[in-house]
Amino acid sequence: MEISAVLFYVFAGLAVISALAMVLNVRNTVAAAMSLVVTMVSIGGIFVLLDAYLVAALQIMVYGGAIVVLFLFVVMLLNLRTDDFPPVGLRLAKLGGGLLVVVVVSAIPRLLGGVFPEIPAAPTGYGGYRALGIALYTDYVLLVEMVSLLLLAAIVGALILAKRKID
Amino acid sequence: MVPIEHVIALSAALFTIGVGGVLIRRNLIVILMSIELMLNAVNVALIGFNRMWPGIEGAPRMDGQVFVLMVITVAACEVAVGLGILISMFRNRDSVNIDEVNLLKW
Amino acid sequence: MTAVILGVVVGAFAPVITWIERKQSAVMQDRIGANRADIGGITILGLLHPLADVIKLLSKEDVVPTGANRVLHLIAPVIAAVPAIIAYGVIPFGSTYVFGGETISLVVANPDWGFLYIFVIGSIATYGTVIAGWASNNNWSLLGSLRASAQMISYEVTMGLSVVGCFLVYETLKLTDMATAQDTTFRVFGFVEVLFGGELPWWVSQFAVLPQWGIFLQPLGFLMFLTCIMAENKRPPFDLPESESELVAGYFTEYSGMRFGLFFMSEFIEVVVIAGLITTVFLGGWAVPFLSQEWIVDRVGNGFGAFAGFGDGFANGFCMLVHFATFLVKVVAVIWLQMALRWTLPRFRYDQVMDLCWKVMLPLSLVNIFVTAALVLLLGE
Repeated sequence: MEISAVLFYVFAGLAVISALAMVLNVRNTVAAAMSLVVTMVSIGGIFVLLDAYLVAALQIMVYGGAIVVLFLFVVMLLNLRTDDFPPVGLRLAKLGGGLLVVVVVSAIPRLLGGVFPEIPAAPTGYGGYRALGIALYTDYVLLVEMVSLLLLAAIVGALILAKRKID
Repeated sequence: MVPIEHVIALSAALFTIGVGGVLIRRNLIVILMSIELMLNAVNVALIGFNRMWPGIEGAPRMDGQVFVLMVITVAACEVAVGLGILISMFRNRDSVNIDEVNLLKW
Repeated sequence: MTAVILGVVVGAFAPVITWIERKQSAVMQDRIGANRADIGGITILGLLHPLADVIKLLSKEDVVPTGANRVLHLIAPVIAAVPAIIAYGVIPFGSTYVFGGETISLVVANPDWGFLYIFVIGSIATYGTVIAGWASNNNWSLLGSLRASAQMISYEVTMGLSVVGCFLVYETLKLTDMATAQDTTFRVFGFVEVLFGGELPWWVSQFAVLPQWGIFLQPLGFLMFLTCIMAENKRPPFDLPESESELVAGYFTEYSGMRFGLFFMSEFIEVVVIAGLITTVFLGGWAVPFLSQEWIVDRVGNGFGAFAGFGDGFANGFCMLVHFATFLVKVVAVIWLQMALRWTLPRFRYDQVMDLCWKVMLPLSLVNIFVTAALVLLLGE
């Protein structure tokens, strides 16, 4: 097996394991947030393997470097603990559900095998910042403008929600 | 490089873990983080599919990656506003257990 | 092979920086500085103090505060130190040289999106600060680390925006290409020709030339980038999180021994990373001013008037050494500049730091981008 396939499985396994660690972690919220960072970084690695370099850099920078830091700020400022337990009972249903998910997810490669063709060779400049910039500012320029308005609305909304009193 | 079905399987696995997190956990912070996980799973699928159809030589098609950029941006906005809501909730009732937010329940 | 050289250079620089800091501050403050560490009575200007520091740090007791999360307390210094070291991977120490059929390029990794790697590393480095305060189980460490990480993520934004002007001018994100583009000279009054037509008199074209360095093409970008990356590194005058004379040590109060040593070292290694970045992007990297690489190889290889040439292989090797020496000289100059700034300026208050970022740096960097884009479109060079 070539090195990129091995790396893909390593990153995929790391992403799934840290996602499980985040969801099933009951005691420590900060450790859950750090597991989320590991998931983001390994997904960024998978993006690099899939030749999407700029999106990988932005994923790690924005998701792993800003969004999860925001989570950590809120957790640390409010000193949030996760002393909760999932509702007791229904253990059999949860176990059955988990097993069903594992079976279905592992059957996907077998069921979909042969539907999709081989991965073609990427054209030059694919995934680079130049091609992405051209696509963003010629085909999708309206989308960029709308998203910037959405960001402005989100900034104003978050500021107002977090203020102690509106003066 | 692995066949594309494995990328889809990874995306499905991460998505179901995220859904499980939203359904099982009672803490609002973990629910918000699970929503981020779901959005990431969708990003993985989008990038994988974009790699399958990258356009011809001299005219690469980056639609999937543009979508992923927009998803990342929208996720950032949603996290900011969601955490604002969480802070307000914490200030009012001093806990982030969503089982206690049931005033509208009949 | 380059990775080995890189490791040696990084390892050698960090203790030397501590010595430079002590001696430079001493010279600036008209005192002698630390010079008592000796081996058998021989003190070499205090150069043994870094060695004494390391021995002291390694032999201290490793204290973890009660109630703190042991795992997080352990990995926080590591998360702070590792990004500082791996940021060296994309900084070019020299260009590519061909001798004896072998091509050597003095850079560890040269991805197409080179400069974005630095931003990614900077984003990961904030986690060391965030986790350090939380894992200390200490209220004031927590507040200090939250303020520090808020400062770091604010300045990441303006750091990115202030170099976009450079990306526009050099049309590349690869640091090696940026250094190569600074190898030539440009005429200072060349824009007069484009704007007004006609030709400049020959003596203006011949003598009013400057090397095409970033600092001449993007002076505002240079100043802003220097400020933002020093604030990102929590370097004085932005070092309120550490405040060596006010809070005990801010967010790493509860760290002792080698854990503190890692935080300490990571800050100084980042000083060298900052110097390397600024030389590569703004000061011409490894390029000797007014002597481009082809000129050096040509002259040394083919003779210089009466002197006989030495041949191509030797010329390339000589050029490599010259470029590496130039790079080191420039890096040392920028390190001196950072140390001088540290011991000259008083510390900023926290709200002044935040005001500076969002109210001054952000609009200025956007204006810089607009003006640069307009000039690039207009002058086409």
